[in-house]
Amino acid sequence: MNAGARMKAGARMSAGPRRRDRLRRLLLPAVPFGWLLVFFGLPFLIVLKISLSDPATALPPYTPVLNWDGGVAAWSDFLAALDFENYRTLIADPLYLAAATTSLGVALAATVLLVLVGYPIAYGMARAPKGLQPLLVALMVIPFWTSFLIRIYAWIAILKGDGLLNKALLALGLIARPVEILNTLPAILIGVVYAYLPFMVLPLYAVLERLDRSLIEAARDLGASRLKAFLTVTLPLSAPGLVAGALLCFIPIIGEFIVPDLLGGPDTLMLGRVLWSEFFSNRDWPLAAAVAMLMLVIVAGPVVFFREAEARRLEGPP
Amino acid sequence: MSTRLHPLALAALALGFAFLYGPILVLVVYSFNASRLVTVWGGFSTRWYASLAADGALVTATLVTLKVAFASASLATVLGTLAALALDRRGRFPGRTLFTGLLVAPMVMPEVIIGLSLLLLFVALGVDRGLWTIVAAHATFTLCFVAVVVQARLATLDRSLLEAAADLGAPPARVFLTVTLPLILPAVIAGFLLAFTLSMDDLVIASFVSGPGATTLPMRLYSQVRLGVSPEINAISTLLIATVSLGVLAASLLTARRG
Repeated sequence: MNAGARMKAGARMSAGPRRRDRLRRLLLPAVPFGWLLVFFGLPFLIVLKISLSDPATALPPYTPVLNWDGGVAAWSDFLAALDFENYRTLIADPLYLAAATTSLGVALAATVLLVLVGYPIAYGMARAPKGLQPLLVALMVIPFWTSFLIRIYAWIAILKGDGLLNKALLALGLIARPVEILNTLPAILIGVVYAYLPFMVLPLYAVLERLDRSLIEAARDLGASRLKAFLTVTLPLSAPGLVAGALLCFIPIIGEFIVPDLLGGPDTLMLGRVLWSEFFSNRDWPLAAAVAMLMLVIVAGPVVFFREAEARRLEGPP
Repeated sequence: MSTRLHPLALAALALGFAFLYGPILVLVVYSFNASRLVTVWGGFSTRWYASLAADGALVTATLVTLKVAFASASLATVLGTLAALALDRRGRFPGRTLFTGLLVAPMVMPEVIIGLSLLLLFVALGVDRGLWTIVAAHATFTLCFVAVVVQARLATLDRSLLEAAADLGAPPARVFLTVTLPLILPAVIAGFLLAFTLSMDDLVIASFVSGPGATTLPMRLYSQVRLGVSPEINAISTLLIATVSLGVLAASLLTARRG
Protein backbone atom coordinates (compact mmCIF):
# COMPACT_ATOMS: atom_id res chain seq x y z
CA MET A 1 0.00 0.00 0.00
CA ASN A 2 1.45 3.38 -0.87
CA ALA A 3 1.61 6.22 1.65
CA GLY A 4 -1.39 8.09 0.24
CA ALA A 5 -3.67 5.07 0.32
CA ARG A 6 -2.56 4.26 3.87
CA MET A 7 -3.34 7.79 4.99
CA LYS A 8 -6.78 7.60 3.37
CA ALA A 9 -7.49 4.28 5.06
CA GLY A 10 -6.37 5.71 8.39
CA ALA A 11 -8.63 8.72 7.93
CA ARG A 12 -11.64 6.50 7.22
CA MET A 13 -10.98 4.48 10.33
CA SER A 14 -10.86 7.37 12.79
CA ALA A 15 -12.88 10.52 12.24
CA GLY A 16 -12.85 11.45 15.95
CA PRO A 17 -9.06 11.60 16.39
CA ARG A 18 -8.86 13.54 13.15
CA ARG A 19 -11.03 16.30 14.57
CA ARG A 20 -8.88 16.32 17.68
CA ASP A 21 -5.85 16.47 15.42
CA ARG A 22 -7.23 19.51 13.62
CA LEU A 23 -7.90 21.20 16.96
CA ARG A 24 -4.32 20.50 18.05
CA ARG A 25 -3.04 21.79 14.75
CA LEU A 26 -4.73 25.11 15.51
CA LEU A 27 -3.79 25.21 19.20
CA LEU A 28 -0.11 24.46 18.63
CA PRO A 29 0.61 27.65 16.70
CA ALA A 30 -1.78 29.67 18.89
CA VAL A 31 0.59 29.91 21.87
CA PRO A 32 3.79 31.15 20.16
CA PHE A 33 1.78 33.07 17.56
CA GLY A 34 -0.27 34.78 20.26
CA TRP A 35 2.88 35.68 22.14
CA LEU A 36 4.48 37.21 19.03
CA LEU A 37 1.30 39.13 18.20
CA VAL A 38 1.15 40.67 21.68
CA PHE A 39 4.87 41.35 22.12
CA PHE A 40 5.95 42.03 18.56
CA GLY A 41 2.91 42.87 16.42
CA LEU A 42 0.85 45.00 18.80
CA PRO A 43 3.81 47.19 19.89
CA PHE A 44 4.17 48.46 16.31
CA LEU A 45 0.62 49.79 16.36
CA ILE A 46 1.47 51.57 19.60
CA VAL A 47 4.65 53.00 18.08
CA LEU A 48 2.55 54.29 15.17
CA LYS A 49 0.06 55.86 17.58
CA ILE A 50 2.76 57.50 19.74
CA SER A 51 4.49 58.84 16.63
CA LEU A 52 1.30 60.81 15.94
CA SER A 53 1.17 62.18 19.50
CA ASP A 54 2.77 65.25 21.03
CA PRO A 55 5.43 65.23 23.72
CA ALA A 56 4.27 66.32 27.18
CA THR A 57 5.81 66.83 30.57
CA ALA A 58 3.69 64.16 32.17
CA LEU A 59 3.73 60.46 32.89
CA PRO A 60 3.71 58.93 30.31
CA PRO A 61 5.49 61.80 28.53
CA TYR A 62 3.13 62.11 25.57
CA THR A 63 -0.36 63.35 24.81
CA PRO A 64 -3.14 62.43 24.10
CA VAL A 65 -3.67 59.47 26.40
CA LEU A 66 -6.80 57.50 25.65
CA ASN A 67 -9.40 57.56 28.41
CA TRP A 68 -10.85 54.04 28.24
CA ASP A 69 -13.94 54.91 30.30
CA GLY A 70 -14.92 57.97 28.24
CA GLY A 71 -16.87 56.22 25.48
CA VAL A 72 -17.19 57.53 21.94
CA ALA A 73 -16.47 61.17 22.86
CA ALA A 74 -13.14 60.20 24.42
CA TRP A 75 -12.20 58.24 21.29
CA SER A 76 -13.00 61.11 18.95
CA ASP A 77 -11.11 63.59 21.17
CA PHE A 78 -8.20 61.16 21.17
CA LEU A 79 -8.17 60.75 17.40
CA ALA A 80 -8.55 64.49 16.84
CA ALA A 81 -5.45 65.18 18.94
CA LEU A 82 -3.24 62.98 16.72
CA ASP A 83 -1.27 64.76 14.01
CA PHE A 84 1.75 64.47 11.74
CA GLU A 85 3.77 67.11 13.60
CA ASN A 86 6.67 64.72 14.30
CA TYR A 87 6.93 63.61 10.68
CA ARG A 88 7.01 67.26 9.64
CA THR A 89 9.95 67.71 12.03
CA LEU A 90 11.70 64.69 10.49
CA ILE A 91 11.40 66.21 7.01
CA ALA A 92 12.10 69.81 7.98
CA ASP A 93 15.18 69.21 10.13
CA PRO A 94 18.14 68.18 7.91
CA LEU A 95 19.62 66.24 10.85
CA TYR A 96 17.21 63.33 10.38
CA LEU A 97 17.65 63.13 6.63
CA ALA A 98 21.44 63.15 7.15
CA ALA A 99 21.14 60.38 9.74
CA ALA A 100 19.02 58.29 7.36
CA THR A 101 21.50 58.80 4.51
CA THR A 102 24.47 57.95 6.74
CA SER A 103 22.72 54.81 8.04
CA LEU A 104 21.94 53.57 4.55
CA GLY A 105 25.41 54.47 3.28
CA VAL A 106 27.17 52.75 6.16
CA ALA A 107 24.95 49.66 5.86
CA LEU A 108 25.59 49.46 2.10
CA ALA A 109 29.34 50.04 2.32
CA ALA A 110 29.67 47.63 5.24
CA THR A 111 27.71 44.90 3.44
CA VAL A 112 29.96 45.23 0.38
CA LEU A 113 33.05 45.15 2.61
CA LEU A 114 31.64 42.14 4.48
CA VAL A 115 31.21 40.24 1.22
CA LEU A 116 34.77 41.14 0.15
CA VAL A 117 36.24 40.12 3.52
CA GLY A 118 33.86 37.26 4.31
CA TYR A 119 33.79 35.43 0.99
CA PRO A 120 37.49 34.45 0.93
CA ILE A 121 37.25 33.28 4.56
CA ALA A 122 34.14 31.19 3.91
CA TYR A 123 35.76 29.81 0.76
CA GLY A 124 38.92 28.90 2.66
CA MET A 125 36.85 27.22 5.39
CA ALA A 126 34.90 25.18 2.83
CA ARG A 127 38.15 24.10 1.14
CA ALA A 128 39.94 23.20 4.38
CA PRO A 129 40.46 19.49 5.20
CA LYS A 130 37.17 17.96 6.41
CA GLY A 131 38.63 17.12 9.80
CA LEU A 132 39.64 20.73 10.39
CA GLN A 133 36.29 22.27 9.43
CA PRO A 134 34.40 21.78 12.73
CA LEU A 135 37.25 23.59 14.53
CA LEU A 136 37.16 26.46 12.02
CA VAL A 137 33.38 26.75 12.42
CA ALA A 138 33.77 26.80 16.22
CA LEU A 139 36.44 29.52 15.87
CA MET A 140 34.02 31.54 13.74
CA VAL A 141 31.16 30.99 16.19
CA ILE A 142 33.01 31.94 19.41
CA PRO A 143 33.18 35.68 18.54
CA PHE A 144 29.50 35.49 17.56
CA TRP A 145 28.68 34.23 21.06
CA THR A 146 31.00 36.74 22.73
CA SER A 147 29.50 39.99 23.95
CA PHE A 148 28.95 42.46 21.12
CA LEU A 149 29.63 45.36 23.50
CA ILE A 150 32.98 43.91 24.56
CA ARG A 151 34.11 43.21 21.02
CA ILE A 152 33.40 46.80 19.98
CA TYR A 153 34.95 48.12 23.19
CA ALA A 154 38.14 46.18 22.33
CA TRP A 155 38.57 48.38 19.25
CA ILE A 156 38.65 51.62 21.26
CA ALA A 157 42.08 50.74 22.69
CA ILE A 158 43.30 49.90 19.18
CA LEU A 159 41.90 52.86 17.25
CA LYS A 160 42.33 55.75 19.67
CA GLY A 161 44.94 58.49 19.20
CA ASP A 162 47.61 56.83 21.37
CA GLY A 163 46.22 53.38 20.56
CA LEU A 164 47.94 50.28 19.26
CA LEU A 165 47.20 50.86 15.57
CA ASN A 166 48.75 54.32 15.62
CA LYS A 167 51.73 52.99 17.59
CA ALA A 168 52.26 50.22 15.06
CA LEU A 169 51.95 52.58 12.08
CA LEU A 170 54.37 55.04 13.73
CA ALA A 171 56.86 52.27 14.50
CA LEU A 172 56.72 51.08 10.90
CA GLY A 173 57.33 54.62 9.72
CA LEU A 174 54.16 54.64 7.63
CA ILE A 175 52.87 57.81 9.27
CA ALA A 176 54.72 60.76 10.80
CA ARG A 177 52.18 61.63 13.48
CA PRO A 178 49.18 59.79 14.96
CA VAL A 179 46.10 59.87 12.74
CA GLU A 180 42.62 60.27 14.18
CA ILE A 181 40.74 57.05 13.45
CA LEU A 182 38.46 56.73 16.46
CA ASN A 183 35.30 58.84 16.18
CA THR A 184 35.37 58.81 12.38
CA LEU A 185 33.39 57.04 9.68
CA PRO A 186 36.18 54.50 8.94
CA ALA A 187 36.12 53.49 12.62
CA ILE A 188 32.38 52.75 12.34
CA LEU A 189 32.98 50.67 9.20
CA ILE A 190 35.80 48.71 10.86
CA GLY A 191 33.60 48.06 13.91
CA VAL A 192 30.55 47.00 11.90
CA VAL A 193 32.55 44.70 9.59
CA TYR A 194 34.24 43.17 12.62
CA ALA A 195 31.00 42.66 14.56
CA TYR A 196 28.95 41.24 11.70
CA LEU A 197 31.64 39.08 10.03
CA PRO A 198 30.33 35.73 11.39
CA PHE A 199 26.83 36.60 10.10
CA MET A 200 28.27 36.86 6.59
CA VAL A 201 30.77 34.00 6.77
CA LEU A 202 28.56 31.28 8.27
CA PRO A 203 25.70 31.34 5.68
CA LEU A 204 28.30 31.56 2.87
CA TYR A 205 30.25 28.64 4.34
CA ALA A 206 27.04 26.58 4.66
CA VAL A 207 26.43 26.98 0.92
CA LEU A 208 30.03 26.61 -0.25
CA GLU A 209 30.59 23.53 1.87
CA ARG A 210 27.72 21.68 0.18
CA LEU A 211 28.77 22.80 -3.29
CA ASP A 212 29.16 19.94 -5.74
CA ARG A 213 32.87 20.05 -6.58
CA SER A 214 32.37 17.98 -9.72
CA LEU A 215 30.57 20.94 -11.33
CA ILE A 216 33.71 23.06 -11.01
CA GLU A 217 35.86 20.19 -12.26
CA ALA A 218 33.53 19.82 -15.24
CA ALA A 219 33.87 23.52 -16.04
CA ARG A 220 37.66 23.24 -15.77
CA ASP A 221 37.71 20.12 -17.96
CA LEU A 222 35.72 22.00 -20.57
CA GLY A 223 38.50 24.58 -20.68
CA ALA A 224 37.29 27.29 -18.31
CA SER A 225 40.00 29.17 -16.47
CA ARG A 226 40.02 29.11 -12.65
CA LEU A 227 38.56 32.62 -12.61
CA LYS A 228 35.91 31.80 -15.19
CA ALA A 229 34.93 28.60 -13.37
CA PHE A 230 34.60 30.62 -10.18
CA LEU A 231 32.57 33.40 -11.79
CA THR A 232 30.24 31.15 -13.77
CA VAL A 233 29.84 28.18 -11.40
CA THR A 234 30.87 28.84 -7.79
CA LEU A 235 29.61 32.42 -7.47
CA PRO A 236 26.09 31.86 -8.88
CA LEU A 237 25.69 28.68 -6.81
CA SER A 238 26.67 30.54 -3.64
CA ALA A 239 24.04 33.26 -4.28
CA PRO A 240 21.64 31.94 -1.59
CA GLY A 241 24.41 32.26 1.01
CA LEU A 242 25.23 35.76 -0.23
CA VAL A 243 21.57 36.79 0.01
CA ALA A 244 21.18 35.31 3.50
CA GLY A 245 24.42 36.90 4.72
CA ALA A 246 23.56 40.28 3.24
CA LEU A 247 20.09 40.18 4.82
CA LEU A 248 21.52 39.28 8.23
CA CYS A 249 24.00 42.17 8.01
CA PHE A 250 22.42 45.00 6.04
CA ILE A 251 19.18 45.43 7.97
CA PRO A 252 20.50 45.34 11.56
CA ILE A 253 23.36 47.67 10.56
CA ILE A 254 20.85 50.35 9.48
CA GLY A 255 19.61 50.53 13.06
CA GLU A 256 22.97 49.85 14.70
CA PHE A 257 23.44 51.78 17.94
CA ILE A 258 26.45 50.41 19.83
CA VAL A 259 29.05 50.74 17.05
CA PRO A 260 28.33 54.36 16.04
CA ASP A 261 27.94 55.29 19.71
CA LEU A 262 31.29 53.89 20.85
CA LEU A 263 33.44 54.26 17.72
CA GLY A 264 31.75 57.10 15.83
CA GLY A 265 32.16 60.80 16.43
CA PRO A 266 29.45 63.34 17.20
CA ASP A 267 29.14 64.19 13.50
CA THR A 268 28.51 60.63 12.31
CA LEU A 269 24.83 60.34 13.18
CA MET A 270 23.03 57.13 12.41
CA LEU A 271 19.31 56.48 12.87
CA GLY A 272 19.72 54.04 15.77
CA ARG A 273 21.72 56.60 17.68
CA VAL A 274 19.28 59.42 16.86
CA LEU A 275 16.39 57.31 18.14
CA TRP A 276 18.34 56.50 21.30
CA SER A 277 19.18 60.12 22.08
CA GLU A 278 15.66 61.39 21.28
CA PHE A 279 14.37 58.84 23.74
CA PHE A 280 16.95 58.84 26.54
CA SER A 281 18.48 62.34 26.34
CA ASN A 282 15.67 64.53 24.98
CA ARG A 283 12.90 62.36 26.45
CA ASP A 284 10.88 63.08 23.32
CA TRP A 285 9.08 59.75 23.02
CA PRO A 286 6.80 60.75 20.11
CA LEU A 287 9.74 61.90 17.98
CA ALA A 288 11.66 58.71 18.84
CA ALA A 289 8.60 56.73 17.72
CA ALA A 290 8.51 58.70 14.45
CA VAL A 291 12.21 57.91 13.88
CA ALA A 292 11.38 54.22 14.49
CA MET A 293 8.63 54.39 11.86
CA LEU A 294 11.03 56.06 9.41
CA MET A 295 13.54 53.28 10.08
CA LEU A 296 10.86 50.64 9.50
CA VAL A 297 10.01 52.15 6.12
CA ILE A 298 13.70 52.14 5.15
CA VAL A 299 14.12 48.55 6.34
CA ALA A 300 10.93 47.31 4.64
CA GLY A 301 12.37 47.89 1.14
CA PRO A 302 15.35 45.53 1.45
CA VAL A 303 13.24 42.91 3.28
CA VAL A 304 10.77 42.79 0.39
CA PHE A 305 13.65 42.68 -2.08
CA PHE A 306 15.35 39.77 -0.27
CA ARG A 307 12.06 37.88 0.10
CA GLU A 308 11.41 38.27 -3.62
CA ALA A 309 14.92 37.04 -4.41
CA GLU A 310 14.40 34.07 -2.10
CA ALA A 311 11.01 33.25 -3.64
CA ARG A 312 12.45 33.46 -7.15
CA ARG A 313 15.26 31.12 -6.13
CA LEU A 314 12.85 28.58 -4.64
CA GLU A 315 10.57 28.68 -7.69
CA GLY A 316 13.07 27.17 -10.03
CA PRO A 317 16.73 26.36 -10.51
CA PRO A 318 18.84 29.38 -11.51
CA MET B 1 43.31 18.78 -3.72
CA SER B 2 40.89 18.16 -0.90
CA THR B 3 43.53 17.35 1.70
CA ARG B 4 45.91 20.23 0.93
CA LEU B 5 44.81 23.80 1.38
CA HIS B 6 45.45 26.24 -1.46
CA PRO B 7 47.94 28.95 -0.31
CA LEU B 8 45.45 31.70 -1.11
CA ALA B 9 42.70 29.99 0.91
CA LEU B 10 45.18 29.52 3.75
CA ALA B 11 46.09 33.21 3.63
CA ALA B 12 42.41 34.19 3.70
CA LEU B 13 41.84 31.99 6.75
CA ALA B 14 44.94 33.25 8.57
CA LEU B 15 44.14 36.92 7.94
CA GLY B 16 40.45 36.43 8.70
CA PHE B 17 41.00 34.76 12.04
CA ALA B 18 43.78 37.20 12.95
CA PHE B 19 41.29 40.03 12.34
CA LEU B 20 38.64 38.27 14.46
CA TYR B 21 40.88 37.36 17.36
CA GLY B 22 43.45 40.19 17.39
CA PRO B 23 41.30 42.73 19.26
CA ILE B 24 40.09 40.10 21.74
CA LEU B 25 43.68 39.02 22.38
CA VAL B 26 44.77 42.61 22.99
CA LEU B 27 41.95 43.04 25.49
CA VAL B 28 42.84 39.83 27.34
CA VAL B 29 46.56 40.67 27.47
CA TYR B 30 45.94 44.17 28.80
CA SER B 31 43.61 42.88 31.50
CA PHE B 32 46.78 41.49 33.14
CA ASN B 33 48.58 44.83 32.85
CA ALA B 34 49.84 46.22 36.15
CA SER B 35 49.66 49.79 34.83
CA ARG B 36 46.43 51.76 34.92
CA LEU B 37 47.37 53.20 31.52
CA VAL B 38 45.69 50.80 29.15
CA THR B 39 48.14 51.11 26.27
CA VAL B 40 51.38 51.12 28.28
CA TRP B 41 52.62 47.76 29.51
CA GLY B 42 53.59 47.92 33.21
CA GLY B 43 54.22 44.27 34.01
CA PHE B 44 52.01 41.30 34.82
CA SER B 45 49.39 41.66 37.53
CA THR B 46 46.01 40.24 38.52
CA ARG B 47 45.08 43.29 40.59
CA TRP B 48 42.14 44.25 38.34
CA TYR B 49 40.54 40.86 38.86
CA ALA B 50 40.80 41.31 42.62
CA SER B 51 39.11 44.70 42.40
CA LEU B 52 36.19 43.16 40.44
CA ALA B 53 35.11 40.97 43.34
CA ALA B 54 34.97 44.05 45.56
CA ASP B 55 32.66 45.87 43.14
CA GLY B 56 29.25 45.17 44.69
CA ALA B 57 27.22 46.78 41.89
CA LEU B 58 29.00 44.64 39.33
CA VAL B 59 28.25 41.43 41.25
CA THR B 60 24.57 42.44 41.60
CA ALA B 61 24.34 43.23 37.88
CA THR B 62 25.86 39.83 37.05
CA LEU B 63 23.26 38.07 39.19
CA VAL B 64 20.41 40.05 37.56
CA THR B 65 21.79 39.16 34.11
CA LEU B 66 21.98 35.43 34.94
CA LYS B 67 18.43 35.44 36.35
CA VAL B 68 17.03 37.23 33.30
CA ALA B 69 18.96 34.99 30.90
CA PHE B 70 17.79 31.79 32.59
CA ALA B 71 14.13 32.81 32.80
CA SER B 72 13.92 34.27 29.30
CA ALA B 73 15.83 31.40 27.69
CA SER B 74 13.52 28.84 29.36
CA LEU B 75 10.45 30.71 28.13
CA ALA B 76 11.93 31.20 24.66
CA THR B 77 12.83 27.51 24.41
CA VAL B 78 9.25 26.41 25.09
CA LEU B 79 7.68 29.02 22.79
CA GLY B 80 10.31 28.59 20.06
CA THR B 81 10.02 24.80 20.05
CA LEU B 82 6.22 25.09 19.82
CA ALA B 83 6.60 27.54 16.93
CA ALA B 84 8.99 25.19 15.11
CA LEU B 85 6.60 22.25 15.60
CA ALA B 86 3.67 24.34 14.37
CA LEU B 87 5.51 25.36 11.21
CA ASP B 88 6.82 21.86 10.61
CA ARG B 89 3.35 20.37 10.22
CA ARG B 90 2.60 19.72 6.59
CA GLY B 91 -0.94 20.94 7.14
CA ARG B 92 -1.49 24.63 6.71
CA PHE B 93 -3.23 26.77 9.27
CA PRO B 94 -4.75 30.22 8.93
CA GLY B 95 -2.14 32.98 9.04
CA ARG B 96 0.81 30.69 8.38
CA THR B 97 2.52 33.24 6.13
CA LEU B 98 2.00 36.00 8.68
CA PHE B 99 3.33 33.70 11.40
CA THR B 100 6.46 32.93 9.40
CA GLY B 101 6.98 36.65 8.87
CA LEU B 102 6.48 37.41 12.56
CA LEU B 103 9.00 34.72 13.40
CA VAL B 104 11.72 35.98 11.05
CA ALA B 105 11.24 39.73 11.57
CA PRO B 106 12.60 40.01 15.15
CA MET B 107 15.87 38.40 14.03
CA VAL B 108 16.74 41.20 11.62
CA MET B 109 14.73 44.01 13.22
CA PRO B 110 17.02 46.76 14.56
CA GLU B 111 17.22 46.39 18.34
CA VAL B 112 16.36 50.02 19.01
CA ILE B 113 12.96 49.49 17.35
CA ILE B 114 12.23 46.30 19.34
CA GLY B 115 13.30 48.04 22.55
CA LEU B 116 11.26 51.19 21.98
CA SER B 117 8.14 49.35 20.81
CA LEU B 118 8.17 46.97 23.79
CA LEU B 119 8.69 49.83 26.21
CA LEU B 120 5.72 51.69 24.71
CA LEU B 121 3.66 48.50 25.04
CA PHE B 122 4.57 48.10 28.71
CA VAL B 123 3.76 51.77 29.37
CA ALA B 124 0.44 51.47 27.53
CA LEU B 125 -0.45 48.37 29.55
CA GLY B 126 0.59 50.08 32.77
CA VAL B 127 3.09 47.33 33.64
CA ASP B 128 5.77 48.20 36.22
CA ARG B 129 9.12 47.93 34.51
CA GLY B 130 11.84 45.77 36.01
CA LEU B 131 13.34 42.32 35.78
CA TRP B 132 10.22 40.66 34.35
CA THR B 133 9.74 43.15 31.54
CA ILE B 134 13.33 42.37 30.44
CA VAL B 135 12.52 38.64 30.62
CA ALA B 136 9.43 39.06 28.40
CA ALA B 137 11.33 41.26 25.94
CA HIS B 138 14.26 38.85 25.70
CA ALA B 139 12.00 35.83 25.33
CA THR B 140 10.26 37.56 22.41
CA PHE B 141 13.34 38.12 20.28
CA THR B 142 15.23 34.97 21.27
CA LEU B 143 12.31 32.56 20.67
CA CYS B 144 12.79 33.18 16.94
CA PHE B 145 16.37 31.90 17.11
CA VAL B 146 15.24 28.81 19.05
CA ALA B 147 12.55 28.18 16.42
CA VAL B 148 15.09 28.37 13.58
CA VAL B 149 17.50 25.95 15.29
CA VAL B 150 14.76 23.44 16.18
CA GLN B 151 13.15 23.76 12.75
CA ALA B 152 16.44 22.86 11.06
CA ARG B 153 16.58 19.69 13.15
CA LEU B 154 12.93 18.82 12.48
CA ALA B 155 13.50 19.17 8.75
CA THR B 156 16.13 16.42 8.78
CA LEU B 157 14.10 14.16 11.07
CA ASP B 158 13.42 10.65 9.80
CA ARG B 159 9.63 10.73 9.34
CA SER B 160 9.36 6.95 9.15
CA LEU B 161 10.22 6.75 12.88
CA LEU B 162 7.22 8.91 13.76
CA GLU B 163 4.99 6.96 11.37
CA ALA B 164 6.21 3.68 12.83
CA ALA B 165 5.35 4.82 16.35
CA ALA B 166 1.92 6.00 15.21
CA ASP B 167 1.31 2.76 13.29
CA LEU B 168 2.13 0.82 16.43
CA GLY B 169 -0.70 2.66 18.14
CA ALA B 170 1.04 5.43 20.04
CA PRO B 171 -1.17 8.50 20.51
CA PRO B 172 0.31 11.80 19.19
CA ALA B 173 1.35 13.04 22.65
CA ARG B 174 3.23 9.81 23.24
CA VAL B 175 4.87 9.92 19.82
CA PHE B 176 6.06 13.42 20.66
CA LEU B 177 7.42 12.54 24.10
CA THR B 178 9.08 9.23 23.24
CA VAL B 179 10.22 9.79 19.65
CA THR B 180 10.19 13.42 18.48
CA LEU B 181 11.45 15.11 21.65
CA PRO B 182 14.47 12.83 22.23
CA LEU B 183 15.43 13.26 18.57
CA ILE B 184 15.22 17.05 18.58
CA LEU B 185 16.64 17.44 22.10
CA PRO B 186 20.15 18.46 20.97
CA ALA B 187 18.60 21.27 18.91
CA VAL B 188 16.35 22.30 21.81
CA ILE B 189 19.37 22.49 24.13
CA ALA B 190 21.37 24.38 21.50
CA GLY B 191 18.44 26.77 21.14
CA PHE B 192 18.31 27.30 24.90
CA LEU B 193 22.04 28.07 25.02
CA LEU B 194 21.71 30.47 22.08
CA ALA B 195 18.79 32.25 23.76
CA PHE B 196 20.72 32.39 27.06
CA THR B 197 23.76 33.97 25.39
CA LEU B 198 21.72 36.44 23.36
CA SER B 199 19.92 37.54 26.52
CA MET B 200 23.17 37.90 28.47
CA ASP B 201 24.64 39.96 25.65
CA ASP B 202 21.77 42.36 25.07
CA LEU B 203 22.29 46.02 25.94
CA VAL B 204 19.88 47.96 23.74
CA ILE B 205 16.56 46.20 24.41
CA ALA B 206 17.26 45.84 28.15
CA SER B 207 18.08 49.56 28.40
CA PHE B 208 14.65 50.45 27.04
CA VAL B 209 12.47 48.04 29.01
CA SER B 210 14.41 47.93 32.29
CA GLY B 211 13.15 49.63 35.42
CA PRO B 212 14.67 50.76 38.69
CA GLY B 213 16.72 48.08 40.41
CA ALA B 214 17.08 45.92 37.30
CA THR B 215 20.48 46.88 35.88
CA THR B 216 22.01 44.12 33.76
CA LEU B 217 25.72 43.54 33.27
CA PRO B 218 25.80 44.96 29.71
CA MET B 219 23.97 48.09 30.97
CA ARG B 220 26.51 48.47 33.78
CA LEU B 221 29.44 47.83 31.41
CA TYR B 222 28.07 50.31 28.89
CA SER B 223 27.87 53.12 31.44
CA GLN B 224 31.53 52.42 32.36
CA VAL B 225 32.71 51.98 28.76
CA ARG B 226 31.32 55.42 27.90
CA LEU B 227 33.81 56.89 30.37
CA GLY B 228 36.68 55.29 28.47
CA VAL B 229 38.91 52.23 28.44
CA SER B 230 39.79 50.87 31.88
CA PRO B 231 41.66 47.80 33.09
CA GLU B 232 38.67 46.71 35.20
CA ILE B 233 36.49 46.47 32.07
CA ASN B 234 39.27 44.48 30.39
CA ALA B 235 39.27 42.08 33.34
CA ILE B 236 35.49 41.50 33.41
CA SER B 237 35.50 41.17 29.60
CA THR B 238 38.21 38.53 29.80
CA LEU B 239 36.17 36.56 32.32
CA LEU B 240 33.10 36.72 30.06
CA ILE B 241 35.09 35.69 26.98
CA ALA B 242 36.65 32.78 28.86
CA THR B 243 33.22 31.60 30.03
CA VAL B 244 31.77 31.74 26.52
CA SER B 245 34.78 30.03 24.93
CA LEU B 246 34.66 27.18 27.44
CA GLY B 247 30.90 26.85 26.84
CA VAL B 248 31.28 26.69 23.06
CA LEU B 249 34.16 24.20 23.33
CA ALA B 250 32.19 22.01 25.74
CA ALA B 251 29.14 22.13 23.47
CA SER B 252 31.14 21.20 20.37
CA LEU B 253 32.85 18.35 22.26
CA LEU B 254 29.43 17.08 23.39
CA THR B 255 27.98 17.15 19.88
CA ALA B 256 31.15 15.61 18.43
CA ARG B 257 30.81 12.65 20.79
CA ARG B 258 27.15 12.25 19.84
CA GLY B 259 27.81 12.33 16.10
